[in-house]
Parts: sequence; structure tokens; C-alpha cells
Amino acid sequence: MALDQSFIGRTYPPASPYDVGVEKIREFAQAIGDPNPVYRDVDAAKAAGYPAVIAPPTFAIIVVNMHAIYTILADPSLGLDWDKVVHGDQTFAYRRPIMAGDSLVLTATIENIMSRAGNDFITVRTDLDTVGGEAVLVGTTTVVARGTA
Amino acid sequence: MTRSFADVVVGDQLPPLTVQVTRADLIKYAGASLDFNPIHWSAATATEVGLPDVIAHGMLTMALVARLVTDWAGDPSAVVRYGTKFTRPVVVPDDGVGATVEVTGRVMDKNDEDNTVRLELTAMFAGKTVLGRPTAVVRLG
Repeated sequence: MALDQSFIGRTYPPASPYDVGVEKIREFAQAIGDPNPVYRDVDAAKAAGYPAVIAPPTFAIIVVNMHAIYTILADPSLGLDWDKVVHGDQTFAYRRPIMAGDSLVLTATIENIMSRAGNDFITVRTDLDTVGGEAVLVGTTTVVARGTA
Repeated sequence: MTRSFADVVVGDQLPPLTVQVTRADLIKYAGASLDFNPIHWSAATATEVGLPDVIAHGMLTMALVARLVTDWAGDPSAVVRYGTKFTRPVVVPDDGVGATVEVTGRVMDKNDEDNTVRLELTAMFAGKTVLGRPTAVVRLG
């Protein structure tokens, strides 16, 4: 089934903030096997010049998934076959690292929807800012629904 | 301590990293990242959708490659931009040994105007790349 092209350009305002906790950062760093102490220990983070424990570069995917991918792409009127979806590509453009204590809001925009070689592609831009309006990073996610086009 | 821009030469190799990824690692990553897609923990689901077995999260492989970059740069906040395509799966058997992922990188470009360097990265599994053109831009001191 063809995806609804009218979703291109649609912007989704932030839902509730994502509050970044130090234990979630530690858990994430542990799960990716990265022993860097700035992801765990506030004294090590401060010694490296940060005000708090910082998160690894790909930590943002948690917020992107929770506040964009799982919600927007699950909208039945978009027509995406969720069972066929794989992650096609991912880019992050950083202003600063995510830190413990950040309260983050995500604004998502559907940038493109296209079909090629029997697959559907959807590209979503995700602007991640603090509730105070400080830009943290911009993500771009493309998901591919295999064999659905 | 952030690596010095002046010390970097185009063509420099980053110290490679070899990582073993087991089923237990995938469970941990699923919980930590809140990505509970069953293709990353259920062999039945994975084979039903045409995969040879359970596969690793692409974002886990992306995180392993990010570690190569942040270890080399000396400062995670030096990373300005990081992106990749996910082109092949890392298949993780339920044998307690798992899959071996080899991560390498090298300096492609230096930009004297803003002290950034562009890194070309690779992640290999079973003799093939699993990421498409993974690239990082890092601002050095």
C-alpha cells in the first residue's frame, strides 16, 4: 500500500519532556560497553569540563524513538506496515552533549516519503532542545519498510 | 583531554576496536535504548521476517563506532556530526560467543577554518562492512 504523501512537511510539536537521569546514562554506557568515566562519574565529568555526567553520542536515539518514531510512524493513517520496518540511516548534528539533568523536548518533522525498488522510505527530522529553548542536537532518521511499495 | 588539531595528519588511522556482541548484550541494549523490536531477541521472529537469526540493533553498532571516535578525539563533545546508513545485519547466534565486530577509522580531511576533521569509519562483521559510509566530523582543540 502506498504511503500517504500528504504527511510530507507535517510537524509534530513536543509532547512531555524527557528528563535525562544519570542512572539511565550509566545504563546506556554499560549496554554499549563504553567504559569512559565521563558517562558515569560526576567528578570525572567535571574534571573534563562538563557541569554534569554527559551521555554518549548515540544516547539521543532513546528520545527520538520514544517521542517520534514509535508515535508518528505508528499513526495508522500514514499506512506504514510496522512489521516490515528497519532502520535505514541515522545522522546526528550536535550543538552540545546531552547531560544528566537536561529536560529535553523533541519536535519532529516528516521531511520525505518515497518509494524505490519496492521499498517505502520515510525520513524524519528531530530537533532536540531543552525546555528552556537551548538547541542540543538535530537528528535525521530514515526508516525503510521492506517490500511494501 | 581533547586531541590537538595540529597533531592530526590526513590519513592517520584511529586505533582499531574489536568488540564481541552476544545475545546478552542485545538484551541489555534493548532495555537501555528502549528498542524492543523482537528481531533483536527472538530467533522465531527474526527467521519469520527472512533474517538468518537474531540481529544486533544497528544503533548498537553505531554506538561501538562512536566509541572509536570519542576515544580518539579524547572528548565526546568534540563530535559535531555523526551519521551512517545501516546496510547489512550483524547476526548474533545464541551460542554464548556471539558476533565479532571490528571497527576502524581514518582521517579523511582537515579543515583549518574551524579546526574540524572528517573521519571515515568502518564496521566489519564476517568479512563485510555492515554500515554504509559511516562518517564523523570532530572539532579538535
